Amino acid sequence: MLIVLCAHFIVAIFAPILFTRLGRAAFYVLAAVPAASFVWLLAQYGNVYSPTGMNPSLDIRWIPTLELNLTFVLDELSWLMSLLVLGIGALVLAYCARYFKTDDAGLGGFGAQLLAFAGVMFGLVTADNLILLFVFWELTTVLSYLLIGYARTRIAARRAALQALIVTTFGGLAMLVGLIMVGESAGTYSISEVLAKAPELVAAAGKPGTVVDVGIFLILIGAVAKSALLPFHFWLPGAMAAPTPVSAYLHAAAMVKAGIYLVARLAPGFSGTDYWQLTIMILGLSTMLLGAWRALLQHDLKLILAYGTVSQLGFIMVIVGLGSREAALAGIAMVLAHGLFKATLFLVVGIIDHQSGTRDIRQLSGVFRSAPKLGVVALIGAASMAGLPPLAGFVAKESVFTAFVANANYGPAGTLLGTVVLAGMVLGSILTFAYSARFFWGGFGRKPDASGLLTPTPFKRVDWLFLGAPALLAALTVAYGMFPWIVETWITPYSAQFSQYSQEGMHLVLWHGFTVPLALSAAVVAAGLGLFFLRERVEALQRKIPGVLDFERLYRQLVVALDRVAIWVTGRTQRGSLFFYLAVILATAIASIGAVLLATEQEWTGQRYFLDGGSPFQMVAGAVIVVGAIAAARANKRFMAVLMVSVTGYGVALIFALQGAPDLALTQMLVETIVLVAFVLAMRSLPARLPARTPGNHKVVRIILGVTFGGAMVMAAIVSMGSRIAEPVSLALPALAYSGGGGLNVVNVTLVDIRAWDTFGEISVLAIAATGVASLIFVRGRGQSLARAETVATGSVGRIDGAAVPAGPAVELAKRFAVTPGNPWLVAGRTLAPEQRSIIIEVVARLVFHSIIVLSIYLLLAGHNGTGGGFAGGLVAGLALTIRYLAGGRFELAEATRISAGTLLGLGLALAAVTGMIPLLFGGEVFQSTIFSFDLPLFGHVKFVSSTLFDIGVYLVVVGLVIDVLRSLGSEIDQHQEDGIGAITLIEDDEPLEVVR
Amino acid sequence: MSVNLTLLLMMGVLYAVGIYLILERSMTRVLLGLMLLANATNLLLLATGGYAGLAPIFNKDIPATEYNDPLPQAFILTSIVISFAVTAFMLSLIYRSWLLSRADQIQDDREDRRVASQDLFDAEEDSEIAIETSDFHEPVQSKDERLVPLKRTARRKPEQEPKP
Repeated sequence: MLIVLCAHFIVAIFAPILFTRLGRAAFYVLAAVPAASFVWLLAQYGNVYSPTGMNPSLDIRWIPTLELNLTFVLDELSWLMSLLVLGIGALVLAYCARYFKTDDAGLGGFGAQLLAFAGVMFGLVTADNLILLFVFWELTTVLSYLLIGYARTRIAARRAALQALIVTTFGGLAMLVGLIMVGESAGTYSISEVLAKAPELVAAAGKPGTVVDVGIFLILIGAVAKSALLPFHFWLPGAMAAPTPVSAYLHAAAMVKAGIYLVARLAPGFSGTDYWQLTIMILGLSTMLLGAWRALLQHDLKLILAYGTVSQLGFIMVIVGLGSREAALAGIAMVLAHGLFKATLFLVVGIIDHQSGTRDIRQLSGVFRSAPKLGVVALIGAASMAGLPPLAGFVAKESVFTAFVANANYGPAGTLLGTVVLAGMVLGSILTFAYSARFFWGGFGRKPDASGLLTPTPFKRVDWLFLGAPALLAALTVAYGMFPWIVETWITPYSAQFSQYSQEGMHLVLWHGFTVPLALSAAVVAAGLGLFFLRERVEALQRKIPGVLDFERLYRQLVVALDRVAIWVTGRTQRGSLFFYLAVILATAIASIGAVLLATEQEWTGQRYFLDGGSPFQMVAGAVIVVGAIAAARANKRFMAVLMVSVTGYGVALIFALQGAPDLALTQMLVETIVLVAFVLAMRSLPARLPARTPGNHKVVRIILGVTFGGAMVMAAIVSMGSRIAEPVSLALPALAYSGGGGLNVVNVTLVDIRAWDTFGEISVLAIAATGVASLIFVRGRGQSLARAETVATGSVGRIDGAAVPAGPAVELAKRFAVTPGNPWLVAGRTLAPEQRSIIIEVVARLVFHSIIVLSIYLLLAGHNGTGGGFAGGLVAGLALTIRYLAGGRFELAEATRISAGTLLGLGLALAAVTGMIPLLFGGEVFQSTIFSFDLPLFGHVKFVSSTLFDIGVYLVVVGLVIDVLRSLGSEIDQHQEDGIGAITLIEDDEPLEVVR
Repeated sequence: MSVNLTLLLMMGVLYAVGIYLILERSMTRVLLGLMLLANATNLLLLATGGYAGLAPIFNKDIPATEYNDPLPQAFILTSIVISFAVTAFMLSLIYRSWLLSRADQIQDDREDRRVASQDLFDAEEDSEIAIETSDFHEPVQSKDERLVPLKRTARRKPEQEPKP
């Protein structure tokens, strides 16, 4: 069973390769898969129908906690449906080998989809799990979307595919909800168990009973949408945009039968639920009548069949859904008969279209004379559809009439209702006869054209390979009609689950004797013939009656309304304005904080104070911060605003220091300094003044948002901190840091040991940000190709074209300084243009650089026990490099850092990662520290903790980040300025952005 | 637990000014606003540590309650360095934007506006197409099949940027 299922998908995957090798003949290879499966299926007959009742099954645990298992059972109903699915699947695939041309585009994908579809349908009819069933159900939807849309270049195909997808998916979603409702009430998702529990579920009073009723109704919606019943029927005629073999398979034999199958599957247990009979009888009967009525109006052979299919599906749904033993037998008999004759007819239409280039009955004439064999096959199919003896359609229809006569006489719905349903069916059958006749006459009859001549349509010869599939199906139709008792033995085990309405029971036979059903059949034939001969008047009459309800138009209007709402909502919410988005987000934040504050009654034990006795100068720092912040908001000059933000930053550093956090104070000071330099470097080419403020009266909104947000945060902090009663978890940290982390500086040990994962994440962010900076400025590469200083001419760097060179004693001195041999204070200082140099800075840089580097290493190593650590140390080293760059220009920086920033970042991350992993080798945990104590001569007792290596990784990453910032915002922007990338043409709207160098 | 109102008031002011600035159009001001928001958040974290105390350098003679809470400090340290990286990244963004468009401005997304003002008519969804009665038509579009041309709304002129 698994092999059958998998073979379809595996061969489907390799189908495109087959098609490139074999061309269209590959369809035969594909057809072999369902054909072989069909043989396997026939071989399973003994097992399926064995009296012991053990059906072939397959059960693979998939997600047991969700009760989602790959459970398949091949029982009698599944076996019958599989006959149709696999048999017709094989024939249609073989037929495709003559229908398509080898050079048709996308044939490989098409073949794969069609074969996979056969596999999916087989899975669908054998699945014994509600969710698994749904998975296959939706897979058929997706594959049908692809298959209908095969002619991708035709708008009709794309539109029809999408429409079928949307309509059936809508039904599928309703069905999923229903499946879950039923599954949850039953407490199992196994279909056979659900059906076994069905009587008690349905009988349960009150809520559980109602849940099952509604769930079943929702499942019926899915079935009705899939099987194209009213009001979803319109997708099926639309789907005729698919290639005809697809229509033959999906829209006659297989996919649309999925809904019927589901109803047949659930009918034994649930045909008595509240909405079942009502839904199925009303929708089924009206679909049958409407479909047949519309079929009489069509001129396209395929559309006649499509509306005929809609009609027949409604018909079958009523029969299968009735829930009596007679109806079950008749229903499945009808499903088989319909599959046979409708597939025959679709394939015949495909041949007509292929040989003559049209399916329009107003253009076709005399085809029977050109292709008599094809005509006979079509005649058998059409006669079976019309219900003429001795064919399958007749046997099935007779049994249907018998079943519904029994229903009218003995059924629970009563004689009146039963008779109404029966009358509807007879009327539908009359129309069916009429459109069957119209089909055959339209496709094969001789008709006078506009000038009254009986010119036959040009028609190419049909070869036997092409005709083989429909001919075989037609032969089966005849055989079925001749030996109906074989089919009956197939169906009886299924129909035996239902109670019998009439005393005498019912059998599938060709000749019942003179009974009511025979009379009804005769009446159908007579009235149908009448309708056919009066077809012109009937058609004229039909065209006079306006369409009452056009569901397709309703669907289109629904889609348009959805579009309109979508555009409206998008227009209101996606304004494209950052201000708008932020304002909405902030207002939401304020409202939610405010709502929580108002809605909850807070009771807190803590006290509130303004003055912290341990840090009285906090007030002073606070004043500095507030003044700085407000000045930053009011500043109009760019650097003024930046400086004011720096003031608040330094103020915060002061507060850290006063609060007892020297590490923070140190780091904050260093960061503020480097950020200030970075700001100046990045913004030197931007105008000095900040652009005019945002126009309009946004300002009031901004002030209100800012103040209320600040207030909300203050209140939230007061309330949440005030109501805190637990001891801080960090009280244990100092002792832990010493014993476990081997360090005295609790903050540093927290970073490199206790919360090392956190820090590892952080340095990854640093590496990413550094790469981002370099990418934004350099665009290509990381800018490691800067030449050595010795290749650069003296005094050449930093000359700006066109700028007046200032003269004066300082410049003269600088010029002399540059050419004096023997005093290279800096390696590349001479490369700078004299007017760019400052001797004092060069000398100072020379004097302090190495000291600062030593300091940074000290901070790095001492950080474990005292103030410092990898971050502070790295920042200090970065500061040293910043001084070198500022004093000596970009070649100085290049000389100072011969290593690539990317290499440093990578080394740092790798070191941190390896340090974290090594403990694993010794059975420890990731980032566990090891303390090594040993004595060294000269140094005395040394205590080395492995997390120091991690801190070195942090140090390297920070240095790499600073180098990237300096190279990008410093060196590269220098280069831009010297190259004059100030001259940029303003860019027109649609032209690609390009920097003019 | 006790609450230091001075710290929280400072935090409130920084939040207020930060929000005020990030609602600006100028990218520089937005960046400055973000920096203020970072500082405000650091102060909030610091305030959760309670009273000022000794620097958390372990000494076994000092009880743990005497130190300023080291855990918020570790968070703040992380936050400071990440803010630095983000600031550097934003600076590059500002420079790049200046290089490309000569504007230090956050512009409204024109594409969003276009989506909002688009036509309801969609050529693929809504145009009338002829019914085909054969799978074997040449892929030449017949006259009926041609699409009704899309009614185009006049494209808006791009908003004028204030020249720096």
